[in-house]
Amino acid sequence: MKEVVIQTEKLTKRFGDFIATNEITFDVTKGEIFGFLGANGAGKTTAMRMLCGLSLPSSGKATIAGFDIYKKTEEIKKNIGYMSQKFSLYEDLTVLENIRFFGGIYGLSNAQLKSKSEALVTELGLDKEAKKLVGSLPLGWKQKLSFSVAIIHEPKIVFLDEPTGGVDPLTRRQFWDLIYKASDKGITIFVTTHYMDEAEYCNRICIMVDGKIEALDSPTNLKKVFNTNSMDDVFYQLARGAKRKE
Amino acid sequence: MKQFFAFVTKEFAHVLRDRKTLFILFGMPVVQILIFGFALTNEVKNAKLVVVDQSKDLISQQIINRIEASRYFEIEKAVMDPEQIEAAFKEGKIRLAVIFPAHFTDNLMHINRAQVQIIADASDPNTANMLSNYVSSIIQDQQVQLNEANAIPYAIVPEIRMLYNPQLKGAPNFVPGVMALVLMLVCVMMTSISIVREKELGTMEILLVSPFRPLLIIISKAVPYLFLSLINVISILLLSVFVLDLPINGSIALLFAESTLFIITNLTLGIFISIRTNSQQVAMLISLMGMMLPTVLFSGFMFPIENMPMPLQVISNIVPAKWFYIIVKSIMIKGVGFAAIWKPTLVLVGMTLLLLGLSWKNFKIRLA
Repeated sequence: MKEVVIQTEKLTKRFGDFIATNEITFDVTKGEIFGFLGANGAGKTTAMRMLCGLSLPSSGKATIAGFDIYKKTEEIKKNIGYMSQKFSLYEDLTVLENIRFFGGIYGLSNAQLKSKSEALVTELGLDKEAKKLVGSLPLGWKQKLSFSVAIIHEPKIVFLDEPTGGVDPLTRRQFWDLIYKASDKGITIFVTTHYMDEAEYCNRICIMVDGKIEALDSPTNLKKVFNTNSMDDVFYQLARGAKRKE
Repeated sequence: MKQFFAFVTKEFAHVLRDRKTLFILFGMPVVQILIFGFALTNEVKNAKLVVVDQSKDLISQQIINRIEASRYFEIEKAVMDPEQIEAAFKEGKIRLAVIFPAHFTDNLMHINRAQVQIIADASDPNTANMLSNYVSSIIQDQQVQLNEANAIPYAIVPEIRMLYNPQLKGAPNFVPGVMALVLMLVCVMMTSISIVREKELGTMEILLVSPFRPLLIIISKAVPYLFLSLINVISILLLSVFVLDLPINGSIALLFAESTLFIITNLTLGIFISIRTNSQQVAMLISLMGMMLPTVLFSGFMFPIENMPMPLQVISNIVPAKWFYIIVKSIMIKGVGFAAIWKPTLVLVGMTLLLLGLSWKNFKIRLA
């Protein structure tokens, strides 16, 4: 039995009468790549925000890396990384400055910062761009940099909210290579997406419709259950019933 | 602490990288001081003046000579009768008229008292005030000299008339005003924009997910502007002392302490605005309309507060710049110590604490 790093039980978020996420229950184990799928407005981002401590759940329970999300927010923050939907590095700072800043606020020492930033720049092939402003980089590189920065402090879990929006297929592939590398190191990946090809890359996926979890299994098993050979079909069969419009 | 340092470093990088804004921030006080100091100068040189001497005797002639020798005046030679004087004022040919009545010296010698009439064009109140004061002091000098040789003092009584605007108020002291204005602008507007920008860019989310304390985020955003503002205070003071010859009569340390207090008041105001708004435009509009305008109107630097209707006078009390203006004027011009300005200082401290409390209450650690 592998170590469980994310555990939720009937986690719910209401905004007035609107139930953004409705009693979601699931476990994620260490090193797993866990995909969160759903149409726009299905409640993916809300669920993720609750898990990161950005949003307080209305009811239900959850633990992240063994810490309760109501009481141990500070401990959780030290153990997670987060990459939001919006591109979120500072465009007016250089690549190195961004790395040093985010490493710095996670409390890395100067020696760690130095070795980390060198390793990271080399890994991403950004040696020539290290002193350029991030704003001048192509989007694909920014996203890869953004991911690397999100895991610079070697968190137990990293949350990625639609990390590859607007990125070309080739770069997306490279992005996923980075995710696999991180997963091999034992970092748990929690990723939301609407790309079905990306869903195939996940160990397990969870499909949300109207705030509820409609299916949760490995891509292979899901295709078997829904008697089809593409994730697209699985998703359409489930999402067709959605009442919420975008 | 290390984390805090990393954050402040990053804030400085933001500020220093934005060269255009930086240039404006440092250039603005210099330009404002120079504009107010020279273009809008209150000092008048070679003002045209007409003298009507109905007495034509020794002492009146001595006074006229003194006026003529002064660098402030240039005497129009043409002798005019009262009607011509009025026409000359209306055309703007002259700014001041000095009229010696008949028997000026006679009166002075026999009843030890004589009058001189000074008429000024007060459509420009500050100039009028200035010029009539110059003439009065010239007359005063003459009187002192006369009295040296005499047991019973002579009194020459200047009777000053302000044409067109009899209710003349004191000249504005713009250096404290510009200081209040610049600090307000830098601290309130720049701070609020820089915090709201993080919200707009989405980086605030990342920062809130990080273990960095949310309150420290706000404080580290304010630090660079504290430094920037102090540099501005220094440059304004240097300009006013060395270029405008306006000495600092009080304690410089006290002046800096009070300026720092005012800067902190404004920073908390900027922080409060940024907490309540979500877009840079809104933050900027609030800072400009909500802060700049009241600062100009109600600090007392452009418009005397005691002339305002009662409700406006009451409103002026909630403008931090008003209190700072009083403080700076007292220290710089009157040269007073802390004992004389503890009240406005206390008001600023109170405002700062109130704003800090409000910000603390409104600051959201979570997004929803």
